[in-house]
Amino acid sequence: MPELELGPVWLSLQLAAITVLVLLAVATPLAWWLAFTRSRWRTIVEAVVAMPLVLPPTVLGFYLLILLGPAGILGAPWLTLTDTTLTFSFSGLVIASVIYSFPFAVQPLQGAFEAVGRTPLEAAATLGASPFDAFRSVASPLALRGYVSAAVLGFAHTLGEFGVVLMVGGNIPGSTRVISIAIYEHVETLDYAQAHVLSAGLLVFSFLVLLSVYTLNRRMPLVRV
Amino acid sequence: MGTLSLNVALDRPGFELRVAIELALSGITALFGPSGSGKTTLLRVIAGLEREVHGTVAFDGETWASAGVHVPAHRRRIGYVFQDGRLFPHLTVEQNLQFALRRSSARPPSSIDLATAVDALDLRPLLRRRTPSLSGGEQQRVAIARALLTSPRLMLMDEPLSSLDTARKREILSHIEKLPEIFRVPVLYVTHNVEEVARLAGDVVLLSQGRAVAYGPVADVFERADFGSLTGGLEAGVVLRARVVAHERGIATLALAAQRLRVPMAAAPAGAIHPIRISARDVAIATVRPESLSIRNVLAAKILSIEPGANMNVELLLDVDGEHLRARITRDALEELELSVGRDVFALVKSVALESSLGT
Repeated sequence: MPELELGPVWLSLQLAAITVLVLLAVATPLAWWLAFTRSRWRTIVEAVVAMPLVLPPTVLGFYLLILLGPAGILGAPWLTLTDTTLTFSFSGLVIASVIYSFPFAVQPLQGAFEAVGRTPLEAAATLGASPFDAFRSVASPLALRGYVSAAVLGFAHTLGEFGVVLMVGGNIPGSTRVISIAIYEHVETLDYAQAHVLSAGLLVFSFLVLLSVYTLNRRMPLVRV
Repeated sequence: MGTLSLNVALDRPGFELRVAIELALSGITALFGPSGSGKTTLLRVIAGLEREVHGTVAFDGETWASAGVHVPAHRRRIGYVFQDGRLFPHLTVEQNLQFALRRSSARPPSSIDLATAVDALDLRPLLRRRTPSLSGGEQQRVAIARALLTSPRLMLMDEPLSSLDTARKREILSHIEKLPEIFRVPVLYVTHNVEEVARLAGDVVLLSQGRAVAYGPVADVFERADFGSLTGGLEAGVVLRARVVAHERGIATLALAAQRLRVPMAAAPAGAIHPIRISARDVAIATVRPESLSIRNVLAAKILSIEPGANMNVELLLDVDGEHLRARITRDALEELELSVGRDVFALVKSVALESSLGT
């Protein structure tokens, strides 16, 4: 049994965890807006949010490379502020991962908020709850499954990304060399034993994650509305 | 107890609401009309739940809505009981009540406290229950208590009984009846049920096709000759509060001033006040006291007014020892019997709507 290469594993977990936090912070207000707005922009925004689902990671990676590069809209100010480049850095990977996994967080949240609907929010308002209060104390507990799904899917999807990471992050140990990149490199160098350990690990982990999501979904009938 | 001034307009495809009225609210005021007349929409406008409304809403001198002003629902200090209760399913009964209490801007002693609301609605055995496991009647009782715990200045109730069976209705009605007195809050009560109006309300606002067409004490509004056309088909008639003087073998004797009405009725304790509704078409007229007749209820009356009705009919307003009755007869009969205002006649009451479901 070859020794487990921990560096990429640890880096992947870190990347996924931070990505999920950023994802939830950004996706929740957008999902809320999409669930309740009557604006005609809604359809357009929904289509844009879903783009990463259909685009090849290379297309996404290509544009992200331009956007995050030293001359890019995001990359240039970042360079002036921090004196580092966004491309081929961990921070750049987080941004790329958030965009890449965005639909996986927005869609379950939007669905959950739509399922909650306006009616409990109206009831909360008549009881003296401000809109934010109603969101926090009524809609969020009722949409708990949406949050769990968004977090788990966002986490798992980030762990599994490859193409975007390769194009934006490259393969820098301790900084951008995540599990999927490490596996690719092991296979390229015909180190099948190491590739097996990481692949099987990711396989089992993904299965366990999905299993727990579906179990949780079945066990929480109370938050179903 | 409160003055509600409304001058509002709201447009939806196929429906427009245009209500300009000033309501002096005390006790329970019914907002009455057929389905689709805009009762619920008007209640939602008052609560601040409809944003696309034009015009003004003011309560006790405080402007809730006017051009450029929209006080959001959570700042209006109203209590709202929805048709379907809308309890929060993720909270227990007690937590639902606490939710309202914690957000109430009123402070003791002017606020309504948990124990009073819990006792008034008999909720003590339910406090630890999860709300989805409650029966429909229990849910509505919790919803009423929850709305009260915000210490509202105005209670709005949207057909709170419509989803309940007869037994549950009776149980909740007796609770609703007491609200204005115990909690000193005026209630605006939406319903399309005549008997609920008769049982609960002092005043009634009649809504028809998005417009307030009549407003006043229940008895006055219901005996109007044009009641039928105003409500789009509901029969004109009168609502009386009759006292039960005796009850035997399924027949109750009700006092109408000095005269008596005998009505089949399930158990009714002597002394109970019972709302009854007598439709104009169920009252016939005779100029002499008839004998050998199947109709048991014959009341001596005097004609107060004669107004034209629909389809060659006329509507008579009758005085029965100070109470009013309405009778609908044909023009032919009017001429043949030579009826005129001031004449003494006999009113033959063919049937009395009791809606025993609302009996005390």
